[in-house]
Amino acid sequence: MCLAIPGKIVSLADDPAHSALIEVAGVHRRVDVSLVEPDGIGPGDWVLIHVGFAMSKIREQDAYEQMSMLKALGETEAAMQEVRGYSTDDAEPPPKERSIP
Amino acid sequence: MKYVDEFREPELIARTSEEIRRLADPRRHYRFMEVCGGHTHAIYRFGLKDLLPPNIELVHGPGCPVCVLPMGRIDDGLSMAASSDVIFTAFGDMMRVPGTHGSPLEYKARGADVRIVYSPADALKLARANPDRQVMFFAIGFETTAPSTALTLMRAKAERIRNFSVFSNHVTIIPAIRAILDSPDMRIDAFIGPGHVSTVIGCRPYEWIARHEGKPLVVSGFEPLDVLQSVAMLLVQLQRGEAKVENQYRRVVPWEGNRAALKAMAEVFTLRSYFEWRGMGFISQSALALSEAYAEWDAEKRFQVPGIRVTDPKAAQCGEVLKGVLKPAQCKLFGKECTPERPIGALMVSSEGSCAAYYQYEYRKSQLVSIPA
Repeated sequence: MCLAIPGKIVSLADDPAHSALIEVAGVHRRVDVSLVEPDGIGPGDWVLIHVGFAMSKIREQDAYEQMSMLKALGETEAAMQEVRGYSTDDAEPPPKERSIP
Repeated sequence: MKYVDEFREPELIARTSEEIRRLADPRRHYRFMEVCGGHTHAIYRFGLKDLLPPNIELVHGPGCPVCVLPMGRIDDGLSMAASSDVIFTAFGDMMRVPGTHGSPLEYKARGADVRIVYSPADALKLARANPDRQVMFFAIGFETTAPSTALTLMRAKAERIRNFSVFSNHVTIIPAIRAILDSPDMRIDAFIGPGHVSTVIGCRPYEWIARHEGKPLVVSGFEPLDVLQSVAMLLVQLQRGEAKVENQYRRVVPWEGNRAALKAMAEVFTLRSYFEWRGMGFISQSALALSEAYAEWDAEKRFQVPGIRVTDPKAAQCGEVLKGVLKPAQCKLFGKECTPERPIGALMVSSEGSCAAYYQYEYRKSQLVSIPA
């Protein structure tokens, strides 16, 4: 429930408004970035995602640590299931399956 | 210390654990409440209890949104699923939570259109794609999740999507902490504050706990080292006779929270004058309803909900466990009638529920019978 999943911004988009294409362990999904826009975001930045919305901007190192913690908590599968579950008729590149480091 | 070999920075962990032993007064018994269910899960998963001296007791708090929802609200939500033109949507966590006549999954098996969504935005998408159906989103969660529901409703309003509605069960953490501090059977020395809720509300809303109640609170991350560092920070405060709010999770939590999220919540929600929490009873101003401006999207106004209070099974002691008065295994049903496979109470459903976490990481271990050589 309280899962926070780190993802890397691939590109920002206007349609839908305030959205970004984000990569999480090789899976691409669109998430809403309204809540982190005031922090100034762009391609290459890392964010923590919760239920399809980016909640905070984080450093790359913290993103890797968050991933390894999800793995240690046994939550990797739940996290990837959540990310894959975001409905995504408009995701651009085909999702590449890759396991979390 | 089953999982200790998986920890990052094992040396730093060992050093922090030593530091905690040095700081803890052996003549004292400490009761620290971790408010958030994510912390409860991490504490059991990593066996952090084993890294603490025996006089530091971690008490599990009410921060699991699925667990604190009373059964009557689940029944209310499911009553809407009975209509054939309704698509009932909820997060996966809700799907196995038992209502009086079954869980959402069991309703689905009986023919109701029940669907898992991973984001409220996906429920709205379903509404766009099914203009002749009513799409109801069963919203749960603390302040971590409420902004996402708020932004989704703002979008529904902007796009005038009228076949979408939200059944709001969003709750707020501060009144729950206040209820715990007011409860006569609770004695808590300090709090490990929730990490992700604080990304939204920041650290300021906790200040009264330190200032007026004299209890230290440290907002904490979820890694083993985070939780141990937070325990050490609480001990330092207690040793010095101080009580203040500190932020151990600075890499994610800004002191002022997320203004955009707070603004969206203020636009869409209004505080309910009271709300029932499972096991804790009615807590005033502890939950969010849709504001007048969003009344049109309020499922409680669109549908007729029974609104009946349902008491938990008598033998189940979810309330005492939720408040930290009883440990999970002290409940009469634990591991017998109530298991993760057949949960009676919600604490056994969610991985953040203390019963499910205890069952998975402690109880099973204790049930392994050693085979004589």
